[in-house]
Amino acid sequence: MFGWELPPFNSGGLGVACFGLSKALVARGSKVIFVLPKKQPIKADHLKLVFAGDGIDYLIVDSPLSPYLSSESYDEEYGNLDSKKQRLYGANLFQEVERFAQLSRAIAARERFDVIHAHDWLTFGAGVGAKEVSGKPLVVHVHATEFDRTGGHNINEHVYGKERWGMETADRVATVSGFTKDIVTSRYGINPDKVEVVHNGVEMSADPRRKVGETTLAFKSHGYSVVSFVGRLTIQKGADYFLRTAKRVLEVNPRVIFIISGSGDMERQLIAEASYMGIGDKIIFTGFLRGEELAEVYRASDLYVMPSVSEPFGITPLEALIEGVPVLISKQSGVSEVLKHALKVDFWDVEEMANKILGVLAYPPLKDTLGEYGSAEARGVTWDKAAEKCLSIYGKLTSGLT
Amino acid sequence: MSLDLRKTDLWFNIEAMPALCLYFQVHQPYRLKPYRVFDIGKDRNYFNGTNGNLNNQFVLRKVAEKSYLPTNRILLELLKQHPEFKVTFSLTGVILEQFKEFAPEVLKSFQDLVKTGRVEILGETYYHSLSFLYSMEEFAEQVDMHRRTIEKVFGVRPQVFRNTELIYRNDLALAAEGMGFRGILAEGADHVLGWRSPDFLYRPRGTKKMGLLLKNYKLSDDIAFRFSSRSWEEWPLDTGKYGSWINAKQGNAQVVNLFMDYETFGEHQWEDTGIFDFLRALPGELLKSSNNCFITPSEAMTLFKPVAELDVPHYVSWADVERDLSAWLSNSMQHDALRALYGLRERVLASKSYDILDAWRRMQTSDHFYYMCTKWFADGDVHKYFNPYDTPYDAYLSYMNVLKDLELRLASGKEEKRAEALATV
Repeated sequence: MFGWELPPFNSGGLGVACFGLSKALVARGSKVIFVLPKKQPIKADHLKLVFAGDGIDYLIVDSPLSPYLSSESYDEEYGNLDSKKQRLYGANLFQEVERFAQLSRAIAARERFDVIHAHDWLTFGAGVGAKEVSGKPLVVHVHATEFDRTGGHNINEHVYGKERWGMETADRVATVSGFTKDIVTSRYGINPDKVEVVHNGVEMSADPRRKVGETTLAFKSHGYSVVSFVGRLTIQKGADYFLRTAKRVLEVNPRVIFIISGSGDMERQLIAEASYMGIGDKIIFTGFLRGEELAEVYRASDLYVMPSVSEPFGITPLEALIEGVPVLISKQSGVSEVLKHALKVDFWDVEEMANKILGVLAYPPLKDTLGEYGSAEARGVTWDKAAEKCLSIYGKLTSGLT
Repeated sequence: MSLDLRKTDLWFNIEAMPALCLYFQVHQPYRLKPYRVFDIGKDRNYFNGTNGNLNNQFVLRKVAEKSYLPTNRILLELLKQHPEFKVTFSLTGVILEQFKEFAPEVLKSFQDLVKTGRVEILGETYYHSLSFLYSMEEFAEQVDMHRRTIEKVFGVRPQVFRNTELIYRNDLALAAEGMGFRGILAEGADHVLGWRSPDFLYRPRGTKKMGLLLKNYKLSDDIAFRFSSRSWEEWPLDTGKYGSWINAKQGNAQVVNLFMDYETFGEHQWEDTGIFDFLRALPGELLKSSNNCFITPSEAMTLFKPVAELDVPHYVSWADVERDLSAWLSNSMQHDALRALYGLRERVLASKSYDILDAWRRMQTSDHFYYMCTKWFADGDVHKYFNPYDTPYDAYLSYMNVLKDLELRLASGKEEKRAEALATV
């Protein structure tokens, strides 16, 4: 299995997904060799970890690599590194991807395996390389496409080309949703018969404590409700729609606090916009959070909102539901395919989003029912189901060979 | 309604029956349009949705073309063709209003059927409401309102009562007896009947002269639900096979009660399933055996003596596999909405505003609460099929927003400040 990142060295959902899926595959009796582009002190006892950078002096700190970087922002980050570190990385993201692909061939020649599984375009080159060396079938797994990342504007032709080439070369394509399958077939021209939907799962939180932070408790004691957003502050995640919705909600019900948790290239713009709208005092920007701090944001919320413009899957609503918090999600998301007990809106429909938020805050049974049934539903969205689906794909591919 | 029994041969073959009692429910609610928080205090037209299945006129026209009109034509033919054939309808007040408003020709076709003298109309609540569960006074008013409407529209007086969705309990039968009904209908649920058969007339517990007819849910659902189901081992169902199941009951049944939604014909089971051909051929097939006959519920009350008293202390209904109240009353949204609705009664009546009273009563129609049902995992497909809203949550949200608007109107004759009103929500 070729991946680009694993927790805790992840910048988003891709690493979480790779970790969850591989763990569930191992639990079902598979052996997984997980190949990463660079060495990191990752604790994953269930996996045999292989680093493409093994044997070479690679430093991990200040890595400019992230699956969510555009090539432009890679260049910028790379320029910020000192010269010693610059030598350790390719001069741009594409070179780095290319380096990974080259190194993977040696790994494929050395290791023994039955199926190759590569996650997202950054690893497609590595996957195809391994296929060429070993002759084993290749599954490419699409967690996000260039159309999601850019909101459909300024598609990077190089990335698009890599994605398309990977999917065409692969024996099978797995997508994290029907939503993404549609993009893969309509925008990349991939034969739908070759594409299988493997919905993501969610890790149960091991800690059932329902601790809420003191700040939010103070707000609540003054009769305020809390509505939250968690995600990178980029076009794709629709934080700007969240802000406009907040404005509309506050016109009717001023006793609401909105939490925006995450970082990204739109952060400054959003903060400025909130002040400009005159609602700066009702919006809390927390920056990027993980672990217990993130769970606290969920628990403090009366409602969690995911207004993504284009969301291949979207794990955060499931995380919120696991904490018992009801969710409002955009219809332009993969997770809306697996969640019935959620409020759903088109991301652009600010008026309806505000209507639903106001409804949840005004009518407690709405909040309670959504939370109760949604939580039960989210607990059924497991990585085990995803692993089962993958195993059936592997089974078809390998039986075809023997 | 007086059916002339002397015109039939019923008196001569009671022993060998089964008699067939066909009853069809005819109902469409006034669905609430998507009503946003921002509409509160601004928009008093709750029922004029324009989109798809929330457009009441569109739905009514669609169902009329697909189901009511063609099925009424078939029944009229059958009534002409077979002098022994009889059917029974229950039509809610709210569908009669919608016929009048959107499809007068459908109303006329029902009137034509009743004019044959072999079509009985049952009594029920005008608004197809759950009022019996919440307010005895409200329930009595709606039953009376419905009875007067039926007399006016069809010139007949209902003798037998059916409550919304066949919701039934001992005290309902007592109440109906008190209102002058001779009989009542209920679901022949296993947990009510135990070892007993639904194919006999029973006496509701505690009543003096009432008869209780129970739906044979197996034979009813064979038509209503399973008719087009290819995974059903009996598919395809033809009248020969169905008739043999009925005939097999000869000697051990008084009356086989086939109760179902009228929309079964052409709407739930589409024309291409062959449902119309089945209906067209059914009476002829059943009448091949001289022992079979068709009767209406009020005839059953006259013909048969109840075989036993039936004790039904807990509510039963004909909905879902549970056959209880859970389709309308299982989650907190449904409980909350109903509580809030009936909590307004005194103020609604005191307002003496027809508009408010009418809107409030239309909001009592049970369908609104069915749309809020979250029982999706067991028999969800049925709920989803019948739900014009995307989710139960959307249904509840629109409903509660409309209730807020009604409350605002009750609080003051004049418009209130919207923001101020919501702060108290």
